Formats: sequence, C-alpha cells, structure tokens
Amino acid sequence: MGLFRYSWRTFLREMLLLALAALWWLPFYILTTTSVKPSSEGFTSPFQLPGHPDLGIYAQAWQGSGNGSLGQALESSLIITIGSVMALIALGSSAAYVVARRGGRPGNVVYLLFVLGIILPYQLGIVPLYAAFRRLGLVGNYAGMVLLYTGLLMPLTVFLYTGFVRALPRDYEEAAQVDGAGHGRIFFRVVFPLLRPVTGTVAILTGLIIWNDFFLPLVFLSGTAYITLPVAVYSFVGEYGAQWNLIFAAVAISILPVLGFFLLAQRQLIRSFGGGIKG
Amino acid sequence: MTVTTEAVSRPPWSRLGARTGRGRTGGKPAPWAWAAPAILLLLTIHYLAIAAGAWYAFTDWSGASPRASFIGLANFRHILQDHTARTALTNTLELTVCFVVAVNVLGLLLALGTRRTLKTRNLIRSLFFAPAVLSPLAVSYIWQFIFDYNGPLNFILRMAGMGSQQRAWLGSPSWALWTVLVVLVWQFAGLAMIFYLAGLQSIPDELEEASAVDGATPFYHFRRVTLPLLAPALTVSFTFTLLLGLRIFDQIIALTGGGPVNATETLATQVYKQTWVYGRFGYGAALALVLSLLVAILAFAQLAVLRLRERGG
Repeated sequence: MGLFRYSWRTFLREMLLLALAALWWLPFYILTTTSVKPSSEGFTSPFQLPGHPDLGIYAQAWQGSGNGSLGQALESSLIITIGSVMALIALGSSAAYVVARRGGRPGNVVYLLFVLGIILPYQLGIVPLYAAFRRLGLVGNYAGMVLLYTGLLMPLTVFLYTGFVRALPRDYEEAAQVDGAGHGRIFFRVVFPLLRPVTGTVAILTGLIIWNDFFLPLVFLSGTAYITLPVAVYSFVGEYGAQWNLIFAAVAISILPVLGFFLLAQRQLIRSFGGGIKG
Repeated sequence: MTVTTEAVSRPPWSRLGARTGRGRTGGKPAPWAWAAPAILLLLTIHYLAIAAGAWYAFTDWSGASPRASFIGLANFRHILQDHTARTALTNTLELTVCFVVAVNVLGLLLALGTRRTLKTRNLIRSLFFAPAVLSPLAVSYIWQFIFDYNGPLNFILRMAGMGSQQRAWLGSPSWALWTVLVVLVWQFAGLAMIFYLAGLQSIPDELEEASAVDGATPFYHFRRVTLPLLAPALTVSFTFTLLLGLRIFDQIIALTGGGPVNATETLATQVYKQTWVYGRFGYGAALALVLSLLVAILAFAQLAVLRLRERGG
C-alpha cells in the first residue's frame, strides 16, 4: 500500500510543522538570550544573540530575593514533592488494593467516593483547612504541606491504582496464599512489584502537579523560609520589577529541573499523560 | 529528543481486565485497615473541608471577627450586585469557552499532522508538549516580557512595517484577556495533542486503506471514520481542558494580576483576593461555591453530551 509513503507533500508537512515547532520554542530562546544580556539590550534587540553573555547574572539570581534564596526554595520544593509522592504511593496503593480486591458493595461505594473526590473542587475547602491546620500547627512547615497534598491528590492516586489492580490477574496472589504467605508479604512481595507501571504514572502526574503548584504554597507558606520555587519566583519578580535579565535567570533556574527531567523521561511522561488520565 | 509511538499504549494488563474481576474468592481479602489512612484523608481533607467551606459561604466570617454568624443568602446577593464579581464570571466563561475550543482544534490538528510518516515526528511532538509540564507561573513571565510595549512582539510589528498595530497588549482592557488566551493555548495545545495521539493509536491503519480503496476523500474519511472513533479521546481532552480553563489562576497572577480595570479578573483570582488579600472569608467562600457549582455543572453537562455522542456516533 502506498498510502503512507513519504512524498513531497509529506515533506512540505514536515517542514511546516518543524517551523511551527520552532516558533513554539521562541519564548525559550528569548528566555535564555535575554537572561544573559545587559538589561537595556533585552528591549532594543530582542532576537539577537548576546554579544557578551553575562553568566554572573545566574549567580546573582541564585541568591534570591529578601524572601530567601532559590537554593532554599529548590530544597523546599524537593522535600515537599518527594514526601507527598511517597506518602501517596504508600497509602494510595494499599488502599486501592483493598478497594479493588474486596469489591462488593462497600468496595464500590468507597471507590465512588474517591472518584467523586477527583471532580469535587477542593478550592472551597481551603479556608476551613487553613483554619484547622493553623490550630494544629501545620501552617508554614513541610509536614502540613505533605499532609495537604497527600489528602488532596489521594482520589487521583486511588483511581489510577484501582483501575490497574482490577485488571491484574489474581493467580499470583492465590499461589502465594496457598504457600502460606500473609497479607503483608503478598502485597509487598507480589502485588506492589506488579504495580510498577502505574506507580510510575502516579509519581509523574502527582509529582508534576505538586512541583508546579503555586496557589497552596502561596496561601500556606508565604512569609516563611519554606516557600517553594513558584512562590520564590513570584516574590523575586515582585522585588526586582523590570530587571528582566535577573528575572529571566530566576525563571530559567526554576524551570530547568522539570525541563531536564522531561528530556530524560519524556517517553514515560507522555505515556503517563496519554494513558494515565484515560484511566 | 524522541517520543516513540508505542509510548502511549496501554499496559498489557488492561486486556485481562474483564475476566478477572469479582466472583472468585481465594481466601480472605486484605483487611480494610489498610485503606483506613487514605479513606480518613479523603473524608477530612475533601468532604469535611468542602462541607465546612460551603457553610462559611452563608456567613459573614472575616479576618477581623473570629466568629462566623449565619447571614443567609446575603453573600450571594452581594455577588450579583458586585460589578467585579460579575466581570470575573463573564471573563471566566469567555476565556474558558475560547480556550477549550482553540486548544482542542489545535491539539487535534497537531496530532493528525504528526501521526505518522514524518521523519522527525517524535521531535516535533516533544517540542509541542514540553510547555505543558512546566510551571504556568514561570512560563507566563516570559510572555509578560514578550507582550511588553517595548517587547519582542511590538519589535516584530515595527520591523514588518505594522507599527500602528503596536500596543501594550496586557495593559489594554480590550486586548488583555485575548492576550492571556494566547499564553494558555501555547502552553496546553501539546497536552491536547497527546490525548488525541493516544486516541489515534487505537484506530487501525487498515481503515484508512479501505477508505482509500473505496475512493473516499481524506476529509470524508476523517469526518465519518476517524472523528467518531476519537470520541473517547475527545471526552478526556474536553473535560480536562474545561477544568483547566475554569480554574485559571497562576497565569493571570503572573501576566496581569487581574487588571487592567478587572479586564482579566477571573473567579479563581477573585476567590483568592477576597479571601486572602481582603480577609473576607465568608464572601470568598461564597465566590468559591459559585465557582465550584459552575465547575460541577459544566463538567457533568459536557460529560453527558460527549458520552451520548460516544454511544450514538
């Protein structure tokens, strides 16, 4: 069949899409070049490569604003994201295992409550949560943020895990049971290793949501030393106004970890978004 | 940078699904206690907190008064009379509708365009998808510079001899909202593309060959064969981008802060400002309840329509 042959029309399509993709990346070109130009050049010749790139600006941006350094913010983002994702995987996978294997009416009702939690708009609950967290001493620290994200993203996590466990054959578990293994042993030795693909999806989706979140750390961490990267960039812009080279250095530093991760793990990432949300 | 086509396929287990569900009882199932922490978090951080938030919507609770007293529908009457709140509502709806349509049309075109044959299709897909995984706040600052009066966009217009078209894109009440829309579409078109590529994967090539043999035009084939088979991907993509649009917050804060003169104020930014900047917890909760109902109603309505089309074809 010659239908999918590479013809001159295909070539035209390829060139057109490549040009469009280059245009799509123009903001990143502007970001990197403007960051190493003197402040004045950013406006006078926005598309030119910098004559004398000044990488020192990145050291200056790394110092951060009056609200703490970018290094500190990077550390906060890492601790909060990794802590929440680990809690989500531990509590979510075990809960989904019970929900999926128990089945029956109670299992379905609990499953439905979790699924509904995905759609329910959490914004409405933020004020009461803030009041309760403040009383419990959970505002302005890592523990509070990890608890908050673990709770808020539990529905998505349980939903993804349950769908996967339901499709998993029981034969391995039954064999282990016949061999006299207890529930703990079966779950950790047999089931959890089989869940690896969906654990990857859960880690990527929830990790990105938490890492990029701006609203919750703005409300729960503002004014503390534990602000995450997006909030740090926000206060940075507030402090350095129109010094675009400095601002862009901070923006570049803040998106570099995810961009690097994207380049390394894009297959897995695209699979997570394409298949994961489909459920 | 490569993205292979098999990347979006489903896990091998999914085929086994239907046959292995309930019905077989091999010994005692895992104890409920294992699910207890997750269920407890679900009940407190979702259901209890949302119920409490809904209650505050009918009170006058503020940062100044420690106690909240019931004031009935007064907050909602205030929303109807408040010019800013009404502007925020219409802005949210306009922005969301345009965003959902634009991002899905573009995403579908990109998915069809990079579906196969192209030598660099994986590179092209990656380039379009990358912005979607980055912090919306951070990338919006790049665009704030691009749209500055002295920025790159007006520079291009000047070079092209269209100097009269120059404007402060984000500073103009009539242009600001549409400028924000450009940033949103730029960031999320690649995400919609990924949803549609995942859908296209499940459509066998033979169908297209059959259509070609029968002499159908590519457009006819797309309308009659591809589009109906893409219905599940369409549902996912529309629902996801709808939720994204209705809750838009980070980009507004970074690009305009809601200005000029409320021109880009949305429900989410108003909820934030009324609650956390002005300390009007009760009124903020009422706005959040309006946003929540809007999300729920529109999401369910859209799902119902799309599911119906999925079945009816």
